[in-house]
Amino acid sequence: MDTLLNISHIDMVFPTPTGGFTALKDVDIQLKKNEFISLIGHSGCGKSTVLNIVAGLYQATTGGVLLNNKEVTEPGPERAVVFQNHSLLPWLTSYQNVELAVEQVFGKSKSKAEKREWIEYNLKLVHMDHAMHKRPNEISGGMQQRVGIARALAMQPEILLMDEPFGALDALTRAHMQDSLMEIQQELNNSVIMITHDVDEAVLLSDRIVMMTNGPEATVGEILDVNLERPRNRLSLAKDPEYNRLRAEVLQFLYEKQRKVEKFELKPNKSTKSNSTSSAASS
Amino acid sequence: MSTIANFSQQFSLKQSIKLVSLQKVSSALKATLLPLIGIVMFLCFWALSANQIDTSLGKFPGPNAVLTQFSSLYSDHVAEREKADAFYLRQEKRNAERSAKDANFVAKTRNYTGKETFFDQIITSLITVLSGFLAAAFIAIPLGIAIGLNKKLSAAVNPIIQIFKPVSPLAWLPLVTMVVSAVYVSDDPMISKSFLNSMITVSLCSLWPMVINTAIGVSSIPQDLQNVSRVLRLSTRTHIRKIVLPAAIPMIFTGMRLSLSVAWMVLIAAEMLAQNPGLGKFVWDEFQNGSSESLARIMAAVVVIGFIGFLLDRAMLKLQQLVSWDKQNGSI
Repeated sequence: MDTLLNISHIDMVFPTPTGGFTALKDVDIQLKKNEFISLIGHSGCGKSTVLNIVAGLYQATTGGVLLNNKEVTEPGPERAVVFQNHSLLPWLTSYQNVELAVEQVFGKSKSKAEKREWIEYNLKLVHMDHAMHKRPNEISGGMQQRVGIARALAMQPEILLMDEPFGALDALTRAHMQDSLMEIQQELNNSVIMITHDVDEAVLLSDRIVMMTNGPEATVGEILDVNLERPRNRLSLAKDPEYNRLRAEVLQFLYEKQRKVEKFELKPNKSTKSNSTSSAASS
Repeated sequence: MSTIANFSQQFSLKQSIKLVSLQKVSSALKATLLPLIGIVMFLCFWALSANQIDTSLGKFPGPNAVLTQFSSLYSDHVAEREKADAFYLRQEKRNAERSAKDANFVAKTRNYTGKETFFDQIITSLITVLSGFLAAAFIAIPLGIAIGLNKKLSAAVNPIIQIFKPVSPLAWLPLVTMVVSAVYVSDDPMISKSFLNSMITVSLCSLWPMVINTAIGVSSIPQDLQNVSRVLRLSTRTHIRKIVLPAAIPMIFTGMRLSLSVAWMVLIAAEMLAQNPGLGKFVWDEFQNGSSESLARIMAAVVVIGFIGFLLDRAMLKLQQLVSWDKQNGSI
């Protein structure tokens, strides 16, 4: 199968007052058509930076991104983004939020009735047809994210970019959303890059998991193929040895090979020191 | 047994109804009684202290004297209107008679040139302040949007805004007067120069809060929403119409409310000096007049000015609630 998206040896250097900060170093990922990959890594490792470069919101310092062998230089609806914080326009209803995207992408190519049908189809797909005419502040966080996904899907993108789409949701809602997303994938079979820090989410949803090393100079550590049969069911997979092996492998990467040394570990030491000195002084 | 239970149930029900109604009454009391107490106390304080102050025009007017002046201002207004009606009636009659006698007679109609009453002056002031404010909004909001969108423009314009913002209207007025009389030359002016002078002065002073607030509102649109716009490749026009304007509307209205209250304050000063027939001129004329009633009349004008300023702000708030999607905001 040919490559749809080629993230080719990108470096990302952010300018800081004390010189350049190299966030990404030689990140190289290829995505085939209809493939679902997850980027997983500790927070601050530059996963979102990779996604933003693919989206065209950032420009890589060196290297580049090719979509269908054409270089990506600016954002566009063929690389629809589902943002972490839904990013719906708060003054528009669910319907109008999706409509804005549909008008922009299909403004001339679809008739009025076709556009309406398409908007409603996408909202139905994410099970939001019952709250089409509600504003974002009138619906729950999970519902907001559903509308966000509907908006991205309505652009009929070549690739769907999801930046920790369920990170802000509670565990139960997140599970619901993951099931919904699998259901949608079953139907549409989109090419997807999803950022996540949830191991179960990554194994459950992906065809491949790209594990990233810690920053600075973060890069691709390992790539894990997930050859679980679809449709997947979280309950039956819970006892599946292959599922558990994959899960263990990701966990091992994150917590052994790329164990994150948190800076706050130093702080309690300091405070105990000062405590001991103060107690010494008082005694 | 059951009757007792029933009774106690009824009793507690009654009690709870009583409690609820008590709560309702107390919140209603808080809403109406406390402001009322405040007003009454202020009136007492005013009446007492006014009595202590002797001026060359007699005692400082207390609430009673001001109230008397209100009714006299109203009867003045009614009397003036009757005179005007009588004038027009006479003129019509005379013209009818003369054109009946002489077929070639072309009737001339003249406007009544009696003095403006207090209520006419209120209307003039309102028209002046609203036209000055609208002219300012017409310039300020697009300018604010441009500044908010463009960091370079913002850096270039910011010092000018910071310098002109604190300028008092009284400093502008002589310049405005001279420029208007030099530029606005016409034999039969549609609008009087004094009106233009005060209107332009009002505009110059009420421009800044709107520019600044609009610019802040536009520049603080969340990055996420801007990214949505970029991913959708919205054109600049659509971006402004669909993202920038709705997002900035709460801040734009904050600016407009600030501007309108500034405009109303500036207007009174401008009218005093420009001699535009409005409330400012009324105050100034009464001051120059120096009769025993003058101070009470000025005090009446003060009350009216305050009240209208309050109403203007409320009207703006209502407009904001009508236009803005953000219903929670702007309740103060």
